[in-house]
Amino acid sequence: MSGPSTYEPKSGFEKWLDVRLPILRFANDTMVSFPTPKNLNYWWTFGAILALMLGVQIVTGIVLAMHYVPNVNMAFDSVQRIKRDVNYGWLIQSLHANGASMFFLAVYIHMFRGLYYGSYKAPREVLWLLGCTIYFLMVVTGFFGYVLPWGQMSFHGAVVITNIVGAVPIIGGPITTLLWGGFAVDNPTLSRFFSLHYLLPFIIAGVVALHIWALHVPGNGNPTGVEVKSKAEETVPFHPYYTVKDGFAISVFLLLYGVFVFFMPDALGDAVNYVKANPLVTPAHIVPEWYLLPFYAILRAIPDKLMGVIAMGGAIASLFVLPWLDTSKVRSMRYRPTMRLYFFIFVGACIILGFCGAHAPDDQVIPGVTGLMLGDADINSFVWLSRVTTAYYFAYFWLITPIMGLTETPLAVPDSISTPVLSHPAAMPLGAAASPEKRG
Amino acid sequence: MLRKGIALAALGLACIAGPAFSSEGGYKLREVHWSFEGPFGKFDTAQVQRGYKVYREVCASCHAMTNLHFRNLGEKGGPFYDPEFKNANDNPYVKALAKDIQVADTDQETGDPIQRPATPADAFPSPFPNEAAARASNAGAAPPDLSSMAKAREGGPAYIYSILTGYIAVPQGLKMTAAQNFNAYMTGDMAPYWNGSHATVPVGGFIAMPPPLAPGKVTFDDGSPSSVEQQAKDVSAFLAWAADPKATERKQFGLAAMIYLTLFSILLWFSYKRVWRNVAH
Repeated sequence: MSGPSTYEPKSGFEKWLDVRLPILRFANDTMVSFPTPKNLNYWWTFGAILALMLGVQIVTGIVLAMHYVPNVNMAFDSVQRIKRDVNYGWLIQSLHANGASMFFLAVYIHMFRGLYYGSYKAPREVLWLLGCTIYFLMVVTGFFGYVLPWGQMSFHGAVVITNIVGAVPIIGGPITTLLWGGFAVDNPTLSRFFSLHYLLPFIIAGVVALHIWALHVPGNGNPTGVEVKSKAEETVPFHPYYTVKDGFAISVFLLLYGVFVFFMPDALGDAVNYVKANPLVTPAHIVPEWYLLPFYAILRAIPDKLMGVIAMGGAIASLFVLPWLDTSKVRSMRYRPTMRLYFFIFVGACIILGFCGAHAPDDQVIPGVTGLMLGDADINSFVWLSRVTTAYYFAYFWLITPIMGLTETPLAVPDSISTPVLSHPAAMPLGAAASPEKRG
Repeated sequence: MLRKGIALAALGLACIAGPAFSSEGGYKLREVHWSFEGPFGKFDTAQVQRGYKVYREVCASCHAMTNLHFRNLGEKGGPFYDPEFKNANDNPYVKALAKDIQVADTDQETGDPIQRPATPADAFPSPFPNEAAARASNAGAAPPDLSSMAKAREGGPAYIYSILTGYIAVPQGLKMTAAQNFNAYMTGDMAPYWNGSHATVPVGGFIAMPPPLAPGKVTFDDGSPSSVEQQAKDVSAFLAWAADPKATERKQFGLAAMIYLTLFSILLWFSYKRVWRNVAH
């Protein structure tokens, strides 16, 4: 979508700067005049929401790092001190801890949007790969961050997750020792996790810059999946059209964020993490934060440790190769009714995997129902539910996506973005209030 | 679309998050109404004051609260806050409360360890010098720190209240040692210690702490009846405040923030409508 720049330096200083460092031209082309399809719906606002959340996490994180002490004897109490004694520490800590959850909520919606509207297809594969890289870095950063308060779940979560690396043959052991900085999770582990937790967000910010760059070359996709044909008729400048729309979405998102920050700051956390880490006492159930539960369920679904680790890694790796697994020429699932059904089942499977990750493997899915036996295995257990949903998770990427693209009959795809726009009843009288919120 | 999206997102979040944090086992806690529940709830100052007295006279002999300082009692939102003394270190009531307690210090002239009366700036002193000593004095079980206890257990203050009032008569047929106590709200599996049928295994668990409260054990200055229920409720409220001393400030700040964001959202909605009025989309 990037074309010849429309920036015209006005003042003398702008002209002077433009021939030396065209940074204002760059800013203008990126955030002001950037031609954006006019039919983007609210699912497209999560990019801006994510940029904001990264900013919030970095700013609050820098302030928290001023008060936090990365030492096994003092970390837990230093977080308490931030919440009790630092000016507005309760607010900054709550924004950061709940911000992680909000960041992941937004990134999941952003990713499901990409899956549904085929945002990963040519010419946006690199954009998608960079996005998957950001997500992977977020998972790692989120895990490091969760260890820092050094509560019971922080510590034992760190033990479980770092041991996962140990399942890798030959190099697993040395890598685990390197991660630990010794032979168990201890002070060296905490200090290096703190260092990495401070480093990674800036790497994420760098990849985000590449992600936005890769977005601005082909330009935004859109709900129809049809490429923009006429810049004049089918696009609007990013500012003010999308700054105001994204601004509205951000404001509503902040309301949801605020509910957690101000009125239920611990609802998404685990009570056990308010107990100082004690290597000699293991919590009854070790569970990760909600945003990692689906992967935890996949890990536990496989009886073999190494295979479980491979499956968990494969769950993220599948996202990376998706652009080359999808054989369909049609981008948007709006015109792929059968595939759309499989997509919604996929979303359901991810949520069910989250449930499975939260429960002990042998817990009953339907309480009180016994006798659903297959051989000597109880089918009415979360481990079996997670096996079925894990199978679907992988089948969606490796079987359904390639096969459906070849076998399905998609609906007629409009010739251009404008076609469905003009046939939309709300668009008939020019200037009448359109209602984008009614369109999916 | 947006509303649907947000609602779905919130629902999804609740669905995923819910089960992970629901309490383990089938222990239904006793229901208590707390003044500090909900987005508008505030601590009942008199109740938290009574609760401090229960902690100081009963719990403090075994349980530390290392994250608490005497000054916290007189800070905004605290039980002994006095608007006349914005700096809690000057609050005479807090000074008097602190003075009653001896804390360890070092004589600056001789370097000898000494005991001196506490000042508001001092942290609550711990009853035992270290965990080993705490264990040795309590039949092998170190009493946990209570600073964040109301957040460290599912159910929070209701859990504390339930435990404190949950010392029911030991069911006939339960094998236990002299150092153990039976509590209906403690998690545990009683089957290995149960002589009766498997269908009637008592719900509850063993707890090292003997029943700490008794009728009349604490004399409340405001004349409140000193029943076990009253003491348990008050100390639970005190621990809820101690675990989250900024709760009231947080809720008030949050209310203002939510009102602001709502108005801002409405304004942005109309701006959006106006900016897009001539664009068919």
